[in-house]
Amino acid sequence: MQYLLRRLFLTVPVLLGVTIIVFTIMHVIPGDPVQLIFSGTGASLEQKQAMRHSLGLDRPLPVQYVIYVSNAIRGDLGQSIHFKQPVTELILERMPATIELTMASLFIALIIAFPLGIISALKRNSAIDHMAMTGATLGISLPTFWVGILLIMLVAVNLDWLPGFGRISYEANLEKVTGFHLIDSLITWNIPAFKDAFLHLILPAIVLGIAAATFTTRLVRSSMLGVIRKDYVVTARGKGLSEWTILHRHMLRNALIPVITLIGVMIGALLGGAVVTETIFAWPGIGRLVIQAINNRDFPVVQGVVLFFAIIRLTINFVTDVLYVWLDPRIGHV
Amino acid sequence: MSEPMDKVTASVKPPELLTPHQSELKRVFRTLLLSKTAVFGAIVFGLFVLTAILAPVLAPHDPDQQNLERRLAPPIGLGKEGASYEYPLGNDNLGRDILSRLIVGSRVSLLVGISVVAMASVAGSAVGAMSGYYRGKFDNVAMRIVDVWMAFPSLLLAIAFGAALGPGISNLVFALALASWVVYSRVVRAEVLVLREQEFILAAQCIGATETRIITRHILPNVLPPILVIASLQMGTIIIAEASLSFLGIGVQSSVPTWGGMLADGREFMRQSWWMATFPGIAISIVVLSVNLFGDGLRDALDPQLRKR
Repeated sequence: MQYLLRRLFLTVPVLLGVTIIVFTIMHVIPGDPVQLIFSGTGASLEQKQAMRHSLGLDRPLPVQYVIYVSNAIRGDLGQSIHFKQPVTELILERMPATIELTMASLFIALIIAFPLGIISALKRNSAIDHMAMTGATLGISLPTFWVGILLIMLVAVNLDWLPGFGRISYEANLEKVTGFHLIDSLITWNIPAFKDAFLHLILPAIVLGIAAATFTTRLVRSSMLGVIRKDYVVTARGKGLSEWTILHRHMLRNALIPVITLIGVMIGALLGGAVVTETIFAWPGIGRLVIQAINNRDFPVVQGVVLFFAIIRLTINFVTDVLYVWLDPRIGHV
Repeated sequence: MSEPMDKVTASVKPPELLTPHQSELKRVFRTLLLSKTAVFGAIVFGLFVLTAILAPVLAPHDPDQQNLERRLAPPIGLGKEGASYEYPLGNDNLGRDILSRLIVGSRVSLLVGISVVAMASVAGSAVGAMSGYYRGKFDNVAMRIVDVWMAFPSLLLAIAFGAALGPGISNLVFALALASWVVYSRVVRAEVLVLREQEFILAAQCIGATETRIITRHILPNVLPPILVIASLQMGTIIIAEASLSFLGIGVQSSVPTWGGMLADGREFMRQSWWMATFPGIAISIVVLSVNLFGDGLRDALDPQLRKR
């Protein structure tokens, strides 16, 4: 408990650092946000001055920073220049799409990486091992966005098996409850919409999931190799336990502890990868939002999304640390 | 100064480290040569570097030369109408030669890859080495900064820096380097923390070697292997990141041919001409695969512990 409190306490300065970086990035941008807001409206100098004052841009930077942080704590990340909507609202609207995609990808990554990594380690230097490791190296080397484009070309455009763009068809007529299409369609018992949303999810989730599966397979394998010849495994075998019991009781329990951290890292990486994947598949999530915002020079949104992603990552790191202590009680007592 | 010190160092070094630096290098090199995949990776990467350097000579056409008659012309070997041996990989939406654009586009990938890795590894290692060596306040502050940096997904950080700095190759390099230096700091710091307690460092301190000398002559050579391994494996990531940024329109100006930019153009015409997006992707994959294979080989050669497993 004490460990966790200390851990939570240590997150605070990091969070402050994160806000400083995000704030700095957005203030070294060449160009005046007020000019952007009024571009093409022919506003007078006084109007611009008034806007600058109302946005607090005429104050010293440290003061602006303090205002920014105190607003952010209250959940106010500013106003989007392009969408004319609060940034927080924009992010929350798009969050379910990104979570849905990330979770589906995580699922795909795990069902590929776990069996493959474990078998590779158990049958080291076998044909399966070589194939899996070659596949992993190959997979890491393929640019995600290219794989996405190829799949769209092949599966969506030429074969017309699966939809390649968007999250749901226009005709689906889905009632919004939680914003998660799969959940909403089940709650409202709209099976055609569920099927439609599910089909839309397949391609982007595969693209993002395979990218994550490559390095996960390697890690699961090396983690398994780490425990495979441990004394307790030898003892277990000496006691005459079945290979299956040894595998899931003795090896997996210990090998999976580092993998738990990895899942945290993976969710972070998947969120980062979502930026590219969402853009390719026109997936209306936060990743696509940030790219749209950059193209529109809508910097409050960029700032908000970057901060939001960092906070999610920190939260995930914290949760993984908690899980870690729970799985391996030795850590908490150090 | 160096004479007596080397004697002191030699007497306390573990036997494994007794072999002179030269022969250790030779051993690594020999191990590398034994790995077929590493040699393959090195050769392919060498070809890529040569292509980038000789691009103006190698490119059969002017990469910006538009030829609207050959708009979206297909590559040879598919039996499609309009293919020409003069343009073996076909033409893009403005009738520009895809092969020439690929060859010239390799320059940005190589330039960005090498400069980013160089900048990130030098800066990141310096921070890490100082943190590990001096510890205390500097270490505390530096490591908190590293923690902050690690909170951001690195691609998103690069995108944000790229957007803030504006387009252009030097800005792109700077953005990517800013997003990727922390890995080195973490690893180098951990290595240095162990090294600084070793007898040969203590011995060097005892005979009055200056801190600069200790860091540059005794610590840096020992942390070089992990730095090299990270750098070689990071090269691939950076090349993909550069392509991603150019693809998203955040990287280099669209007037300069880049593989990522070509992919972005190709995406819009994928219904009519799939080759526009396919070839740049193949080019990126081959180059990244080659550096990764080389990096894997280098890691195995430098880390006997890992090799034995």
